[in-house]
Amino acid sequence: MSFLTLSGLVKRFGSTTVVHGFDLAVERGEFISLLGPSGCGKTTVLRMIAGFETPSAGHIIIDGADITRKRPAERNVGMVFQAYALFPNMNVADNIAFGMKIANMPQAAIEARVTEMLALIKLPDLAKRYPYQLSGGQQQRVALARALAVKPQVLLLDEPLSALDAKIRVSLREEIRALQQELGITTIFVTHDQEEALSMSDRVVVMNDGRAEQIGTPHMIYNHPKTRFVASFVGTLNMLEAQVEDPANGIITLAGHRVRVASGLDRLPPSASCMVALRPEALAINPAEPAANALPCTIVDVQFLGAIVRIKARCGDHILSVDTFNQTGAPAWSRGDAIALHFNSDEIVVLA
Amino acid sequence: MRESRIGAWIAMIIGTLYFLLPLIATFEFSLRLKRGEYSFEAYRVVFSDPRFRDSFSYSVTQALATIAVGLIIVVPTAYWVRLRAPQLRPLIEFITLLPLVIPAIVIVFGYLRIFNSSSLIPLTDTSLGTDALLMFGYVTLALPYLYRAIDTGLQAIDVRTLTESAESLGANTFTILAHVILPNIRAAVLSGAFLTFAIVIGEFTFAALLNRPAFGPYLQLIGANRAYEPSALAIMAFLVTWACMGLMQLFGRGVRMPATDTR
Ligand SMILES: Nc1ncnc2c1ncn2[C@@H]1O[C@H](COP(=O)(O)OP(=O)(O)O)[C@@H](O)[C@H]1O
Ligand SMILES: [Mg+2]
Repeated sequence: MSFLTLSGLVKRFGSTTVVHGFDLAVERGEFISLLGPSGCGKTTVLRMIAGFETPSAGHIIIDGADITRKRPAERNVGMVFQAYALFPNMNVADNIAFGMKIANMPQAAIEARVTEMLALIKLPDLAKRYPYQLSGGQQQRVALARALAVKPQVLLLDEPLSALDAKIRVSLREEIRALQQELGITTIFVTHDQEEALSMSDRVVVMNDGRAEQIGTPHMIYNHPKTRFVASFVGTLNMLEAQVEDPANGIITLAGHRVRVASGLDRLPPSASCMVALRPEALAINPAEPAANALPCTIVDVQFLGAIVRIKARCGDHILSVDTFNQTGAPAWSRGDAIALHFNSDEIVVLA
Repeated sequence: MRESRIGAWIAMIIGTLYFLLPLIATFEFSLRLKRGEYSFEAYRVVFSDPRFRDSFSYSVTQALATIAVGLIIVVPTAYWVRLRAPQLRPLIEFITLLPLVIPAIVIVFGYLRIFNSSSLIPLTDTSLGTDALLMFGYVTLALPYLYRAIDTGLQAIDVRTLTESAESLGANTFTILAHVILPNIRAAVLSGAFLTFAIVIGEFTFAALLNRPAFGPYLQLIGANRAYEPSALAIMAFLVTWACMGLMQLFGRGVRMPATDTR
């Protein structure tokens, strides 16, 4: 049995349903990201776990106990908000101590825990500072310490990095992940940034319109997106319309060329249309060793991005994005060049 | 350019004179109790009048009680409206503004009808009951100022997120109000309190009609019967009001605002 279970969660605001039958089973110590575009219901799911919204239907179970109807204060769930939400009238130490004071912990134990938390967030000297004297990144770390100080069963983070500068965002996300692994705390992290979700999580839940579209490891989500939505939301993808030719042998036609696919055709009848996805980095230009498939193309654009050169190539009616590493000795491509794009049959994903 | 600046100066000088001349004249007059010399004799007479001390301390007590009761009513209400029922804000604001629109004399007659000795709640039967009635009347009078001040204070903080952070750390509503919300709207609470104080100290209509020994009716009584003392009292009342304003400024500046930068 998993540690945190959401089963059939539904949330309606008036007549609009914002979350439709959301199911998720989280293991103890797991780091899960809810990833999806703005307005897809991520925050609402998180707020139901925290107790700030009451589900219209469904259950929330933590460690075997049904907490669906409990008030936020009765749950043992820590929350970190995008807006930091430190108490402006209290210094850092008092902010971190707040939850422990409410729990009537002895003063000495509180002080020891505050010191421990300050060391954990690498701000040991800022105990007496007030929130307005801290940078955004420091404030968010204190908010994290405040939530963790009371040893919650589950830690919830709602886009905690969105208000920060790009640089701080990357370093803090590594810190959060390291902290989470050190403490082994079960964590749900909400974000609309796919890079954040993929880099931090054990598993990612891609959400669309109040539903979980796909739940899986970052590797699975990125390499084997199940739906068109997941494929387009996670990373840059070439999405191409193709025709099924011989489902039994895994053959489709793409812009008039026969292409071999490894899987995903079993459900489709011959001559049906289907959507396929190809990662820009899965394509090789005129490789020494030919792959299973090759598409003849014409280069229409070359973007030099530093370590990566992004090439746009036309094949029939399709434009494909191709990412290659910049190599000093390699030929420089230019517009109008005729090339062949090679890829293996397991690189092409047939979308549901 | 030059002309408009001269115009501005003239306007400012006229405004200042309009404001200061009566004040200076009143002050000057208050010093002339003794014939042929300036003295603070009028002030001495006022201070040695036991009715002055009694009425002033009565009004100060009323003001403090009004502030306490007003805050107990207004702070949780404004907080609750902001947190749970923001759609009710225009309605609540309208209600709190009513005392500005309805003349004090109408309000007090309404009170007397509802709370007189032959009513269900005969507050006017006892002196303490009448004191309480007067205090509740003052709470009504102070409502527009108190509510506005508190609501503005709440607007400056993120009531919802602060409340939710505290809730998820196990705090109940009382703890949240006392330890998270109130300390962060301290400046607003103080400015509302000082305004209330200034209003109650000078109030006449309610106190006179309820026949209470307050400072306002005493001012009126002295004004009708003496020459120099009323001027001294006016200057003193003015100083009390300005002290309140000054304290409002002082405490208003001391608030810390949450940082909003993203570093
Ligand atoms: N209290 C509310 N009342 C009405 N609609 C709401 C409320 N909270 C959220 N919504 C709606 O629910 C949808 C999902 O919101 P949210 O969970 O905040 O999305 P996300 O966090 O993924 O951006 C949005 O369309 C939003 O407008
Ligand atoms: Mg959100």
